[in-house]
Amino acid sequence: MPVLISDQATSARNAGAYRFGARRRLSGREARAKLWLRIRRNWQLYALLFLPILWLIVFRYAPMYGAQIAFRQYSPAFGIEASPWVGLANFERFFNSPKFEPVIVNTLVLSFYSLVAGFPIPILLALSLNQVKARLFRSSVQMITYAPHFISTVVIVGMLFQFLHPRVGFTAVLANALGMSAPNWMGDPDAFRHIFVWSGVWQETGFSAIIYLAVLSTVDPALHEAAVVDGASRLQRIRYIDIPSLLPTAMVLLVLSTGRVLEVAFEKVYLMQSPLNLGVAEVINTYVYKVGLLSPILDFSYSTAIGLLKGIVGLLLLITVNHAARRLTANSVW
Amino acid sequence: MASMTSYESNINKVNESAVDRIFMMGNTTLLLIITVIILLPLIFIVAASFSSAEAVIAGRVTLWPVDFSLLGYETIFEHKKVWNGFANSLFYTFFGTIFNVFMTIIAAYPLSRQDLVGRRFITFGFIFTMLFSGGLIPTYMVVRDLGLLNTRWAMILPTGIGPFNLLITITFFRTTIPPELIEAARIDGASDFRTFRSVILPLARPIIAVLALFYAVNTHWNTYFQALIYLKDQDLFPLQIVLREILIQNSIDASMLIDIEDLVAREGLRELLKYSLIVVASVPVMIIYPFVQRHFVKGMMIGSVK
Repeated sequence: MPVLISDQATSARNAGAYRFGARRRLSGREARAKLWLRIRRNWQLYALLFLPILWLIVFRYAPMYGAQIAFRQYSPAFGIEASPWVGLANFERFFNSPKFEPVIVNTLVLSFYSLVAGFPIPILLALSLNQVKARLFRSSVQMITYAPHFISTVVIVGMLFQFLHPRVGFTAVLANALGMSAPNWMGDPDAFRHIFVWSGVWQETGFSAIIYLAVLSTVDPALHEAAVVDGASRLQRIRYIDIPSLLPTAMVLLVLSTGRVLEVAFEKVYLMQSPLNLGVAEVINTYVYKVGLLSPILDFSYSTAIGLLKGIVGLLLLITVNHAARRLTANSVW
Repeated sequence: MASMTSYESNINKVNESAVDRIFMMGNTTLLLIITVIILLPLIFIVAASFSSAEAVIAGRVTLWPVDFSLLGYETIFEHKKVWNGFANSLFYTFFGTIFNVFMTIIAAYPLSRQDLVGRRFITFGFIFTMLFSGGLIPTYMVVRDLGLLNTRWAMILPTGIGPFNLLITITFFRTTIPPELIEAARIDGASDFRTFRSVILPLARPIIAVLALFYAVNTHWNTYFQALIYLKDQDLFPLQIVLREILIQNSIDASMLIDIEDLVAREGLRELLKYSLIVVASVPVMIIYPFVQRHFVKGMMIGSVK
């Protein structure tokens, strides 16, 4: 993760490369003049940044400005600025809506289930794969396990429908062979969460293991050598060398995923939804989409309010978890 | 890596204890089981796609084609909507990726320069969008107000710069391009533009490859959400939206099945078609994937530099 990057080394290396003369106390005016000189000398770099910053403002920050309609009753006739203020009415409406509780519960259950199942397995795969030194076997396993990552969400959900099809699916064929009839998994609300989470594990485990394998490849071989001399078994070396070396990375990834618990993958959930499983499959992101862009009476303000609430809670959550991680383990994102 | 491997194999030969040998057998078995679990669904889909419609509907296909047939593929190749989606996806992926890579590189180079006043502030401006966004509707309103709804631009312009990709590119520039090189170019009289074009770009080739792959696969080829909210016109639909109609919503152009009288056979073809479509839709990425997986791994490694 890029957020781990520390630029101390590079800045130490660069120190002095672009400095003017020896350091001494500058008067305010001199300092301003030098700053201005540095900016002017680099005007071409700012010119390169012009388009990216323009894009950033238009497509990322203008929407943040537009998010104020969460506090207004937006009407297309008036536009953003002229629509009347309504304070927190849109938020209250969501809190009092019968949809509030199920949507929040579904989102959290799906997120935490995904996290609990999806977080440790890539670490195990990386530890296990790291033990294998036979190149061909190792690279074959790696290649096969990453492959599903590159399949699109639509195709994955399509595959689920076919694989679990009550008549033509793989599970149906197996069940028939055993003289049983296959249930309709995809229509079963009780199965929805398991299918969602475990198909995600199936798709992403190999790819998520890459980062851990990369970290393991940087472990100092001298540590293993010393452990072997001391008579440590492979399991002991995993326990006392490999796992501790993965901890900082694992911690950072855990913090990041916890900060994103409200962001259940819209694309996949939406595709897996059916009238049968909506009771467990409606999450914040799909609800925001339906209220804002699909319902007969489009309610931009209400939808934006729910989205904004999600965004703010997510940000606070990330800051809190990161703070806790830093205090407890000295590993954090920033 | 290479040196470590040979050294590891040496100590293992000498010191492999009984416990370790049992452990390694368990380990290998575990990896084999994982590999089989990953492969099973893929093999099933491919086997079914090459079977006959009757075998598919009777549920006789497991891991090998039954009554080998190419009917599913033939039917798809006659389906104009699929082709149109394919062409659109290629268009969005090609031009979208060029736009993304261009924007990311011209943003990352200045931001990697330690002497750029305000670089921390601007970098934070980009990273912040990873943590917080205006949300679905406000973004939709911007795209609408710019008049991009239902145009090809809506599939390209809003994707712009991915903050994660920007960060790995900044890190790449910082760690691979020594400041002395830039200084030398300056002393030779090169402007920043000239340095960027003649020194930086040629050195940036590996990161350009990584970025192109990330953007092409993750931002364009495999996504449908942008198209779902911004496009109404069928002719503009990318492949993923067409796939959604056929695979998920089960809506297949009836004219494709019209020559078949028998209801069961028609139902069989409908299912067979889906298997073949899954294979066809995944083939482009799967074909390039073995050649590029090295770059993906490299990209993840750059991203994890500590």
